[in-house]
Amino acid sequence: MSSIRQAKHQRIPAFLRSWGGVFGAGWLIFMFLASITARWWRPYDVAEQDLIARLQGPSSEYWLGTDAVGRDLFSRVFTAGALPLQASAVMVLVAFGIGLPLILIAAERGGRVEEAIGRFAETIMSLPSTVILLAAIGAIGNRIYPVMMIFGLLVSAALYRILIGVAKSSRQHLYIDAARVDGMGSIRVNLAHVLPSMARPIAVQAAIVYAIGLLIINGLAFLGFGPGEPQPSWGFMIKDASDNIFNSPWMMVPPGVALSLTVMAANALADALAGPLGIPEYTPPKRRRTISASPAQQSEGTDNLALSVRDLSVVVEGGPTLVSGISFDLRQGEVMGLVGESGCGKTMTARSLLGLLPAGVEVSSGSIIWQGRQIAGLPERDAIKIRGREIAMISQEPMVALDPLFSVKSQLTRPLRRFRGVGRREARRIALELLRQVGIVDAERVLRCYPHQLSGGMAQRVAIALALTGSPKLLIADEPTTALDVTVQAEILSLLRALVAETGMSVLLVSHDLGVVADICDRIAVMYSGQVVEAGTVAEVLEDPYHPYTMALLGANPHVADDAPEPERLAAISGSVPPPGNWPEGCRFADRCQFAASECSVAFEPEPAHVDGMSLCIRTGELRRTGAQWAPEHRGAELAVESEAP
Amino acid sequence: MTTTVQSNPPAIEVHDLVVRYGGGRRAMKTPPAVDGVCFDIAPGETLGLVGESGSGKSTIGKALLGLQPPTEGTIWLHGKDVTTASLKERRTLASELRVVFQDPYSSLNPARRIGQTLAESLRLIGIKGDAARARAITTLESVGLPSDSIDRFPSQFSGGQRQRIAIARALVRDPNVLVLDEPVSALDLSTQAQVLNLLADLRDEHKLAYLFIAHDLGVVRFLAHRVVVLYRGQVMESGPVEDVTSRPRHPYSVALTAAAPVPRPAEQIDRRAHREALSVGSASTAPPDPKGCPFASRCPLADGQCHAERPMLRLIGGQRVACHHAEQVGVTWPPPPN
Repeated sequence: MSSIRQAKHQRIPAFLRSWGGVFGAGWLIFMFLASITARWWRPYDVAEQDLIARLQGPSSEYWLGTDAVGRDLFSRVFTAGALPLQASAVMVLVAFGIGLPLILIAAERGGRVEEAIGRFAETIMSLPSTVILLAAIGAIGNRIYPVMMIFGLLVSAALYRILIGVAKSSRQHLYIDAARVDGMGSIRVNLAHVLPSMARPIAVQAAIVYAIGLLIINGLAFLGFGPGEPQPSWGFMIKDASDNIFNSPWMMVPPGVALSLTVMAANALADALAGPLGIPEYTPPKRRRTISASPAQQSEGTDNLALSVRDLSVVVEGGPTLVSGISFDLRQGEVMGLVGESGCGKTMTARSLLGLLPAGVEVSSGSIIWQGRQIAGLPERDAIKIRGREIAMISQEPMVALDPLFSVKSQLTRPLRRFRGVGRREARRIALELLRQVGIVDAERVLRCYPHQLSGGMAQRVAIALALTGSPKLLIADEPTTALDVTVQAEILSLLRALVAETGMSVLLVSHDLGVVADICDRIAVMYSGQVVEAGTVAEVLEDPYHPYTMALLGANPHVADDAPEPERLAAISGSVPPPGNWPEGCRFADRCQFAASECSVAFEPEPAHVDGMSLCIRTGELRRTGAQWAPEHRGAELAVESEAP
Repeated sequence: MTTTVQSNPPAIEVHDLVVRYGGGRRAMKTPPAVDGVCFDIAPGETLGLVGESGSGKSTIGKALLGLQPPTEGTIWLHGKDVTTASLKERRTLASELRVVFQDPYSSLNPARRIGQTLAESLRLIGIKGDAARARAITTLESVGLPSDSIDRFPSQFSGGQRQRIAIARALVRDPNVLVLDEPVSALDLSTQAQVLNLLADLRDEHKLAYLFIAHDLGVVRFLAHRVVVLYRGQVMESGPVEDVTSRPRHPYSVALTAAAPVPRPAEQIDRRAHREALSVGSASTAPPDPKGCPFASRCPLADGQCHAERPMLRLIGGQRVACHHAEQVGVTWPPPPN
């Protein structure tokens, strides 16, 4: 796998892999080389007049025709490229030479220094640049290079404005702090870490500014502030052509095309350097596949079964499987924990219940029976009727669930009016009631707050109140306490427990923390690599695990009983969770399992375990008989080199 | 500060550390991020720094590393005053004091090969070329990574492996003090256990002193010898980790230990009952009264004295506790769960 990755590290820079990039870079290099060498290969001198052949079109003698005094346009157009291409480059160098140090200093020092530099930049930006350039020409004459240097100074202020944010955010990386702790000096940190991380925006801005410089130089030449006659310039040639537009329209073409192509090339290069936009293409959700499973077949044990998931598989369209063939039941008023490490498919499973899978991910087979109805792959139009009203969700980041632009009141009352069809005043009353129900004492004040005024725990309470607006029968809680402090987590867990007792709703809790699951859940399903590997009641599974993975997870948890001594080394699972698409045959955990044997490499059926649970381990019976325990690591085990390559 | 007489100075000693963010009059009005913190760490010892978000634990780490200048107080590294040492002056110290950050994704420059990252750090102390490469390989192997990792980029490693690289980067200069700023909280459970075991193994092998910053008491209990419990920048309780976690004397430590859930349902039922009987209030966003105890607004034991007078650290049993009512804790409070 690593060799594949290495092969992907291609030598060609990314911007040259697009047509725009190839054209942009190619044309600029061609024009630059052609124009500075023109004096050696051009067929005629730029001042050579042929008064007999005036205002001619292209011919074998004059490939691009002639101007009003019979000078060869081909020779002149190519010769004219040298000055703007070089002067604009000088301008870009001056702009970045002044701008970048200011940007880096401001980003590093912050505070007053940044404020002072910012004011300076604003002052420069407020100056009318055209007027200044014309005034400069008035003072120092038609000297293009000094004039463009002055323009570079003006541009540096604009660059500062654009790039200061980039510089500041790149300083947020911890590797900058790590380098500083190494004792790296400020200049070195900037050169080695800050500037390289800004390379892309700098390159993009340079190409854009370069194109602007080309236009400015030729604009000045058009106005007569270019190189003096008979030296050619595109701007003045265009001016000349516009004077003769009725006598010889062709004259406009050679300088016009040369200038346009060159400016376009610089812009195309900027586009290519910027790369593809970070926003993935939106593909409208296709009509979901109808899942081939009859909804009527769930007759076994219908004692207040709220949700029944059977053989559910979730796949990336045309890509790997994320969740494969998982089954579980959830009764009314029951709290079930879905646990496992990241990349095991717990969140995808939870989201498939809501029909909220990311673009390009879909349920490929299996059934989700909710209150007797098949809801797997429901079209959006029908899913929307269930979402929020019957099945609601809270997520890890309460701040993401709340819109920072709206007050708590408006965020709560809007869904209340939609879900319950009540009026404004009634919605407000219910909102207050919900806030009190989630344990907020000063509900009146919180109702007027905006999300940023709430602490993390308070925001999660409001997010729970928001989930309750539709009086759901099932709450999906995706890591609801992971981002919270431990005392706040305890409060939220107590609140969820109270809500379940009060409203009789079911909860599907997605978590990686077995302690949280032990605190609040009745049942548990342990997931590994897209499968449920062990399921049962929380008491049975956590007190007496059957599956080696569950044993290992428990052994890796450092929270020992209060009176028990701390182990010298924790149980660890070697290696890491295999990515989807890279799952081994047979038992997916076998590579990391202390008890793996030859029989583990073939496919097998789950074994019944606990009272009504299961364990997906072919050696379950044998491990039970021998009383196998997942052994903690011996001292020094982690110092040994990993045998497998990363 | 412990007063035990030692022949060697502590690896790290911090005295009355105060850190304020920002300058000017407005900053003086807001309570400091770190407020009068003292501790020391002996060579080979691990001190856990626990507290919730906003407790100032990471700020203390930054002050030690020189990333955030202290407002007041003194920091000694092996008996040398480094409080005001600039980052450049620290270059010689940096071999002694290194850091592992929480986020293994942000702490490695994605554009540089692992070898470059390690060599960059060595070049600053004059080790270059083949010598640097050899040392980088030895260090990578010592944290359990194959030697060919040196020519790879960070994106080719998983979170746990990246954290091993971050540890290798800290170890490559052969330090004797490491600041570990939540080194495992971004990792999955099984990987977390691997990294914790690795840190314990390295400490035992190299006699490293750790300042271990964490919010999870279970993790701290595994790795640390002593622990300092912080709340809003102030030390609430400090002492041997066994004493503080199993017999906490400060109401805040009691709340913190009771709130951590354990993965044993039967035990957790008792713990939950215990936790709910504590009736510790919710944290408010309002800053506490600077005159009194910072925990008073949430504390069920708080009385007039707690709001009026900031409690000093007192030695009670094996630990130091900043609470006027510490004698009550564990005796008449918390009430038995019903």
